[in-house]
Amino acid sequence: MTDTAALETLEQDVLAQIAAATDEAGLDAVRVGALGKKGSVSLMMRSLGGMSPEERQVMGPALNGLKDRLGSAIEARKAMLEAAALDLALASETIDVSLPVRPEPKGSIHPITQVMEELAVIFADMGFAVAEGSDVEDDFHNFTALNFPEGHPARDTQDTFFMKPDAEGQRKVLRTHTSPVQIRTMMSQTPPIRIIAPGRVYRCDWDQTHTPMFHQVEGLVIDRETHMGHLKGVLQDFLAAFFETDEVVTRFRPHHFPFTEPSAEMDVRYERVGQAVKVGSGDQWMEILGCGMVHPNVIRNCGLDPDEYQGFAFGMGVDRLAMLKYGAPDLRDFFNSDQRWLGHYGFSPLLQANMATGLS
Amino acid sequence: MKFPLSWLKYHLETTASLDEIAEAMTMAGLEIEEIDNPAEKFGAFTVASVKEAVAHPDADKLRVCTVETVDGIKQIVCGAPNARTGMRAVYAPLGAYIPGLDFSLDKKPRKIRGVESSGMMCSAKELELGEDHDGIIDLEGDWAVGTPAVVALGQDDVVIDFEVTPNRPDWLGVRGIARDLAATGIGTLKDVPIEPVPGTFPCPVKVELDWPEACPVFAGRLIRGVRNVASPDWLQKALRSIGLRPINALADITNLISYDRCRPLHVYDAAKLSGNLHARRGAGDSDTFEALDKKTHTPTETMCVIADEAHCLGFGGIMGGTYSGCSDATTDVFIEAAWFDPLITRATAKATGIDSDAKYRFERGVDPQSIIDGIEYATRLILKICGGEASETAVFGEIPAAPADIEFPISEVKRLTGLDLPRAEILRILTTLGFKPTGAGDILTVGVPSWRMDCSLKADLVEEVARIHGFDKLIATSLARPSVRRPAPATVMQLRARYARRALAVRGYQESVTWSFCESSQAALFGGHGAGLALENPISSELDVMRPTALIHLLTALQANADRGLADARLFEVGPVYLTDGPDGQLLVATGVRRITSGRHWTGSRAPDLFDVKADALAALEAAGAPAASLQVAPEARDWWHPGRSGVLRQGPKNVMAEFGEIHPRVLKALGIDGRVLAFEIVLDAIPQPRKSSGLKARTQLDRADLTPVKRDFAFLVDKTIAADSLIRAAKGADKALITDVSVFDVYDGKGVPEGQTSLAIEVVLQPRDKTLTDEEIDTVAAKVIAKVSGATGGTLRG
Repeated sequence: MTDTAALETLEQDVLAQIAAATDEAGLDAVRVGALGKKGSVSLMMRSLGGMSPEERQVMGPALNGLKDRLGSAIEARKAMLEAAALDLALASETIDVSLPVRPEPKGSIHPITQVMEELAVIFADMGFAVAEGSDVEDDFHNFTALNFPEGHPARDTQDTFFMKPDAEGQRKVLRTHTSPVQIRTMMSQTPPIRIIAPGRVYRCDWDQTHTPMFHQVEGLVIDRETHMGHLKGVLQDFLAAFFETDEVVTRFRPHHFPFTEPSAEMDVRYERVGQAVKVGSGDQWMEILGCGMVHPNVIRNCGLDPDEYQGFAFGMGVDRLAMLKYGAPDLRDFFNSDQRWLGHYGFSPLLQANMATGLS
Repeated sequence: MKFPLSWLKYHLETTASLDEIAEAMTMAGLEIEEIDNPAEKFGAFTVASVKEAVAHPDADKLRVCTVETVDGIKQIVCGAPNARTGMRAVYAPLGAYIPGLDFSLDKKPRKIRGVESSGMMCSAKELELGEDHDGIIDLEGDWAVGTPAVVALGQDDVVIDFEVTPNRPDWLGVRGIARDLAATGIGTLKDVPIEPVPGTFPCPVKVELDWPEACPVFAGRLIRGVRNVASPDWLQKALRSIGLRPINALADITNLISYDRCRPLHVYDAAKLSGNLHARRGAGDSDTFEALDKKTHTPTETMCVIADEAHCLGFGGIMGGTYSGCSDATTDVFIEAAWFDPLITRATAKATGIDSDAKYRFERGVDPQSIIDGIEYATRLILKICGGEASETAVFGEIPAAPADIEFPISEVKRLTGLDLPRAEILRILTTLGFKPTGAGDILTVGVPSWRMDCSLKADLVEEVARIHGFDKLIATSLARPSVRRPAPATVMQLRARYARRALAVRGYQESVTWSFCESSQAALFGGHGAGLALENPISSELDVMRPTALIHLLTALQANADRGLADARLFEVGPVYLTDGPDGQLLVATGVRRITSGRHWTGSRAPDLFDVKADALAALEAAGAPAASLQVAPEARDWWHPGRSGVLRQGPKNVMAEFGEIHPRVLKALGIDGRVLAFEIVLDAIPQPRKSSGLKARTQLDRADLTPVKRDFAFLVDKTIAADSLIRAAKGADKALITDVSVFDVYDGKGVPEGQTSLAIEVVLQPRDKTLTDEEIDTVAAKVIAKVSGATGGTLRG
C-alpha cells in the first residue's frame, strides 16, 4: 500500500488530536496513539519492511517526515500547556502588592555625636588629634594648673559641681571645661602639640540654653612659633568648614580668661533663618567661642618654658554648634531621649562625615 | 556696669559718635550688653508749638488746638487742662507708639466728638519720662519746632551697659573707662584734678589696724557741722541715670565717687562713735549688728569688721551698720577711705550673702592709691553741698605696694601676636593706659599703674598692646599642614565607640545622650554609686550621684516614650559610667534597651526575646573589634538582671565584655516601668587591645575548599543545667580540621525526653579538603563528636 493520501489523512487526524488535548495526560495519550510502540505511525513504519524498494523509497522519507512533524507538534503543544498551567497556578498566588511591608525600626545617630565627628574631621585635616579625659577631675587639673586664682567664682558651688569631700577633705570636681585634658596632654607629651578635646562638661545651670551637663570642644596648639594670627586663621578656617560657607565674617574681641593671655572672644555675622542660623550674612553678631594665647603660667604649670613654647587654646559648645547648624531650639531636648526628637534631629548611621563626601 | 555718655564725656574729650564709642569699647574688650538711647526710643516725639487752643464745640473738657509741628500745621483735640495758646508741647504723630499707654495711635486722623484730630500732645507719664500726668508737657524755653522731645526735656543722655571682666576693676569707675577709650584713639583723657582740701584741725578719730592682711591702710577725716540735705539735681540725675536711687547728700556723694573713680567710701555719724576705731576680725556674738540691708549679722573671725570701743559698726569694704549710719540729723561725720583684701571681702560677702557696690569693687581689687584722692574728692563735695569744716586727713597703716615693674622685650608683641608694631606705637599705647615704659634698648622696663594689679607678666603687656591696637588687625594665618604623612589620629577607643554606635543604629536603635548623674536611690538598684561619687551640690536631688550605669536614664526614657504613646522605642547610648573618682574610674559603655512588645501586622508578628539583644550585643562587640565569635556565654549577669533570662559575654573567666537579657522585674517596678524590658551593656574598655599591626594591610591567603561540605545531624539528651554553648564547643572540638560549623536546629524537652533533660539537636558541617570523605571517615568523625560531647556534657545520643 503506497497511499500517501492516507498518510496525509493520518497526519491531519493526529494534529487535530494534539490541538484538542487540554492537559499533559491527554497529550501523552495522543503521543502514544501515534508514536508509541503500537501507535498508528509506528505500525506503518513497521510495514516498510514488506514494501518493494521503490515503495520504500517513497514511503520511508514520508513516514519519517510525518514522525518528526508530529513529534514537534506534540512538544510545542506540551510547552504551551505547561505555560498555561503555570500561568493559572501563578494567578492563584496573586497578592495585593500595595499591602505595607513589615515595619523596621530606623536607628539614628545623635546630633551631638554627628557634630563631634564633624569637628574631628575638620581638625584632623589641620593636623589635630582628638584627646579625651575623665569627667571627674581634681582641683589641680581643672583650676589650679589653669591659673584660676583662689576665690575665683568658678571655684564656687554656685557654678561648679563638687563631689563630697573624702576622708582627707579633698573634694573632686566635675570638670567645668575639657581644659584638664589640655593640661594632661601638655604634661605628658612633648610639643609640637595639636589636639582637640571634646567631651562632657558640667556647670550648675538649667534653662532653655543651659543644662547642668553639656558638651564642649577645646583646641590646643603648642609649639615654638604659633601666634595669635594663627589662632584667628584656624578659627576662621574651622567656621568656614563647619558652616560650609565661604563667607564667614568674624570679629575678634578682647576678653578675659584666667588661662589665656591675651584672651579673646570670636563673634560671627549671622542671620536667623527659621530656627537655624545662617552664618556669613546678616547684620547681627553672635558670640561663638572663647580663645587666646595659652597663659605663661599654664605653660609653666605643665613643666614647659613659656619663653620657649607658646601656642593657643580655644573652646566652644558642641551642643550649641549643633543647635546653630541644625536648628534645634531647646538645649534640654538634647538630653530628653524623646524618640520623635531623636528621629527628627538624628542622623543616618550610613552618613559618616568626611572631606570627600561632605560633613552631613 | 552702666554709665551715661555725658558722665564719660566729663573724663573723655571726644567728638566720636555713639556708634564709634560703642565700637571702640567692644574692640577694647568692654563688651556692650545694652545701649539705652532715648533719642532712638523717643525719636517719634518732637517739640510742637500750639498756635491756638480753643474750646471744643461739643465737649466742655476738650480743646481744639492748632499746632505747628514737624509735619506741618495740625489740628489736635486735647483733653489736658493746661493746653493753651502759645505753649511749647511734645507732639506724637499719627501711628506713634505711646510707651506709657502701651498702644499706638491710629494711622489715620480720627474724629473726637465730631472734630478731626491728627496726632497727640503727650504728658510726661505717657512718655515714661516722668510721673506728671496733670497735663501735657509744657516745655520751658523757646525750643524750635521739630527739636527731639528728649533734648528739650534734657533726657537725651545715652546710657551704656557693659560687662566688666573680673581682671579690670578699674572699669568700675567711669574714669577708668575713659582712660581705655582714650588709648584707642577716639579721644583724650581730660585732666580732672582733685584739689586737696586743707584741714583746719587734727583728725580726732584714731584707727587701729588689728588685722593688716584684711585692711592694711585706712585714711580718715572728720567733718564738723554738716547738713545732710537732699542732693542737688545734677547729682540726683547722675545717680538715677545709672539706676541708683538718691538718698541724701552724704550717701549720694559716696555712691558718685564709687562709680566715678571705683573708690568706695564710708561715712559714719561721728556722734555715734566712741573711742578709737578698729579694723579687726569679727568676734562672734558680741559683734552682732544690724547692717544697712536691715538684716542682723554675726561677724566671725574670718570676717573683717570696723568697730569702735563699744560697737561693731559694719563689715569692712562691704556694708556699714545702721547704728552709725548718717541721718538727716547728722552734723559731724567721719569719712573712711580704706583698702580691703579682695579674697577676705569675697569670702565674707559669700558667707553673709551681702551684695553691695563696695563689695563688688573691693573683691575685684580697688586701686590702693586712690584712698587720698577719694577722701579729698568726698571732702570737697561734702563741704560744697553740706557745708562744714574738715579736719586734716589721717592715714593709718601702709598703702600696699604698687605692682612690680615688668621687663618687657618689645619682640614679645610679634612673638605672641604676629603683629609687627613700631616701637613708638607700643610706647604710645602703654603710656596712654598709664604704664610707664622706660629704657632705650629692645627691652623696656615698664612701670605698672597702681590700678592695674592684673598686670605682672610680659604677656599681660602684650595683651594691652594688641587689645588697644586692635584684634581686628591680627593677620588671620592658616596653620601649615604637617609636611609629613600622619597616621589617622582617631584612638582605639574612639573607633570602638564610633563603630559600636553605627552597628547599633543600623540595627534600629536610636542614639540618646543622657545625664552623667542620677538619683542615688536608683543607682542603688544597680549596685550603688561608686566611692567618692556623690555630689556635694547636686542641681536636683534626682541627680545627686554619678551614674554606675546608663540603664537608669534609658529605662526611664523608654517609659516616658511609652507614656507619649511611642511603645516601641529602642534606645542606646555610648557614654561613660563612673566606678571611682580616680582618673581611670570611668568606663565607656554602650548600653541599649527595648521593650518586649510585639506590634500588630498583617503578616503576623514576633515579640523580641533575649536572643535579639544578645545578637545586638554581639554585633556591636564585633563592630567594636571584640572577638565576638570566640566569647564565652554564661548565665552570670548581676542581680539587676532577670536571674533566668540574662547572661554575660566574656573572654576567659574574668573579662566580662557584656551583659544582656531581661532586666529584673523588681528593678523595673522600682523605676516605675511597665512590662518587660530587654537590654544590654557592653564595656568598650574591656575589649582587648588589637595586635600591633606590621604595617602591611594585605590579608592572608583565602582558604577555599573545592569539595562539597558534608552535613550530619545529632540529637543529644543532656541535663537541663548543661549550657548549649558547652555542647557546641565540645562538638566543634571533636575534629578541628574537618568540622567547620556546628549549629543548633532544635531544642526539645517535651514528650519522650526524660524529666530534667533536654534534647539538643545539632547539625555538624564537615569540610573535606583533599578528597571526598568515605563513609568510614565520616563515621569516625561522628563517633568522635559523640564521645567528645558525652565527655564534656554527660549527654547521650538520643535514640
